[in-house]
Amino acid sequence: MVDDSGIQGEATISEQEVRHLAHLARLALTDDEVAHFTGQLGAILHAVSEVARVDRTGVTPMSHAVALANVTRPDLVTASLPVAEVLAAAPAAEDDRFRVPRILGEAP
Amino acid sequence: MTEPVVDYAEVLTRYEPVLGLEVHVELATASKMFCGCATEFGAAPNTQTCPVCLGLPGALPVSNDTALASIVRIGLALNCTIAADSRFARKNYFYPDMPKDFQISQYDEPLCTDGWLDVPVVDPESQTDGVIRVGIERVHMEEDTGKLTHAGSTGRIHDAGYSLVDYNRSGIPLVEIVTRPITATGALAPQVARAYVTQLRDLLRALAVSDVRMEQGSLRCDVNVSLAPIGATAWGTRTETKNVNSLRSVERAVRYEMSRQAARLDAGQSIVQETRHFHEADGTTSAGRSKEQAEDYRYFPEPDLVPIQPDPAWVARLREDLPAAPHLRREQLHAEWGFTAAEMRDVVNAGAVELIAATVAAGTTPAGARKWWLGELARRATQLGVSAADLPITPAAVARIEQLVDAGTLTDTLARQVIEGVLAGEGEPDAVIAARDLQVVGGDGELGVAVDAALAAEPEVVERIRAGKHAAVGVIVGAVMKQTRGRADAARVRALVFERLGVVDEAAG
Ligand SMILES: [Zn+2]
Repeated sequence: MVDDSGIQGEATISEQEVRHLAHLARLALTDDEVAHFTGQLGAILHAVSEVARVDRTGVTPMSHAVALANVTRPDLVTASLPVAEVLAAAPAAEDDRFRVPRILGEAP
Repeated sequence: MTEPVVDYAEVLTRYEPVLGLEVHVELATASKMFCGCATEFGAAPNTQTCPVCLGLPGALPVSNDTALASIVRIGLALNCTIAADSRFARKNYFYPDMPKDFQISQYDEPLCTDGWLDVPVVDPESQTDGVIRVGIERVHMEEDTGKLTHAGSTGRIHDAGYSLVDYNRSGIPLVEIVTRPITATGALAPQVARAYVTQLRDLLRALAVSDVRMEQGSLRCDVNVSLAPIGATAWGTRTETKNVNSLRSVERAVRYEMSRQAARLDAGQSIVQETRHFHEADGTTSAGRSKEQAEDYRYFPEPDLVPIQPDPAWVARLREDLPAAPHLRREQLHAEWGFTAAEMRDVVNAGAVELIAATVAAGTTPAGARKWWLGELARRATQLGVSAADLPITPAAVARIEQLVDAGTLTDTLARQVIEGVLAGEGEPDAVIAARDLQVVGGDGELGVAVDAALAAEPEVVERIRAGKHAAVGVIVGAVMKQTRGRADAARVRALVFERLGVVDEAAG
C-alpha cells in the first residue's frame, strides 16, 4: 500500500495470500496454521515496513549488502565431485542418476 | 488426437499472424556459468557436477568472465544497448531439473536490450529477395537445467513410474534471446521464423560463442504464434510451442499453429494460452501446460551474486573485435582462402561459409575444409534432407579427420567411414577410429608382413609379375586389402610389391 508521500504504510498479508504462498512452497497447512502464520507473517511484514518510513531521498536501491560489482572467475575447468559423492545424498539413485518420483507436471 | 485445421492459404484470407521467437543458446565455454565444472557434451551422468551446480547448502556461485564477454558480444552483434547495471535474479520453481529449486536468471535488469537483426527472406512464390528487420527485446544470461529421463513403458511423462536426473547440464551458461512481436509477415510468417533462426545461428557461429547444434540442444527455439482477424487492432491470444529442434520444424510449427488456431477461431472457440509440444513425425503440436494460472516464479535479486556493471572501455573493445557484417566477412574470407569466384559461390550456396571458417580455425587448409563440406558431407546432408550445418558433426571433428588424412593415418575411404561413424553418433573421430579400428595399417613393417604373406600365397602371380605382366599386381593388392580389411593404402602396397620383387614399376612416374 502506497500513501500520497510514496511511503509504504502498514504491511499486511491476507489468509488467501498465505494459502497461495503455502501452495507455491508445497506446504500443506491446516486452517489453524493458516490463521497462525497469517498473524506471524503480518507482524514480520509490519516490522520490515518500518524501514520504509526512513527518508530515502537520493538512496539507490541495492540488491546486495556489499558495495561490489563485477566479481568474476576465469573460464577454467576445476575438478568435479566423484559420482559416488554426488549421489551419496540422493534419496535414491539408478545408473549414476538421481532417481526421483514420477513427475506429474512439465518443466516450467 | 489431431485437431481440426484450416488450409494454410485460407488462413491468410481471414487472419494476420503475429510471431515471437525465444531462442536459448548454450555458450561454448570450457566451464559452467557459476562453477568450474566442465561442460563437455555426452559425458557420463553426473560426472560434471559439484556443490555449486548441485545446489548444496553453503556453495557460492561466481560468474564466468568468458560467458559474460560472450553475451555482451551477442548483444552488440544484435545492435542492443548494453546495460550499465545488470543483475541476476532467482526464478523459483519446484521441478527436479533444478536441484536448488530455483534457476539463476535475469528478470527486470537484463544485460542487453532493444536491438534488431536484419533477416534475408526469399518469397517462395515470387522468388524475390527481401530483408525483414526483426526487433530484439532482450538478451539475458541464465543457467541451463539438468536432464531428465522418464523411465516407464513409453518414455512419456504420464506413463513414467519415476524419472532419472543427470545434472551435467545444470549450470551451463545459457543465453536467452527474445524477439519483439514480429508483425505484418502475412503468408511469409513460417519462412520468416525459419530465416530468423537461421540468420541468428550463423551470427552466433561467426561469433564463435556456441556450437549452435539444434539436434544436441545447444540452440533451442520456442515459437509463439497468435492470429487476429485481418483489420483487427488487438492481437489474439498466443500459444508457445516449446523446444522446436530443427530449422525445418520452426517453419512447420508456425504453419501448423496458424492452421490450427484459425480452425478454432472459425468455429467461434477461443485460443487457450498454453505451452504446446511439437511432434516431428507429423508436424503437429499438442497441448501442454496451461498458462491460465499466471506463473508465479517470485523473482527476486540473487543475493549470492553481485551486480554486473560492464566497463564501457571493455564493451568498446568487444565491439571492435566483432566479426564484420556477413557480406563484408564473405569478401574478406574469399580473399583469405584464395578460392575462385565459382568455388566461393558454391560455398555460399551450400551455406558452408561459417562451417569452413570454423574448420580452418580448427587447423586445416581452406581447400581441405572445402573438400569435405562440399563433398562427402554435402552428399550426406542431401541424403538426409538437411543442410550441412544440421549434420551432427562439428567443424573441429572435420578438421581432425582432414588432419589425419593429411598425415597419412587415414585414406579418403577410411575417412568416409569415420564420418559415417561420427554421424551415427559413435563419438568424436578418434573414438570412432579406435572403436572401428580404422587406422591405415601403419609402417612398412606391418604392411610388409601382409605383402610377404600375399606373395608367398600366390607364387604363380609372382611369376607373372616377374615376367612383365605388371597388371597382375592387382591380385596381390587385393589380397593385402582383404588381409587388412581395407585399411591399407593401395599405392603403398603396390610400391612395396615391386620393391620386394626387385621389379621396376612401369606405372610409377
Ligand atoms: Zn559445478
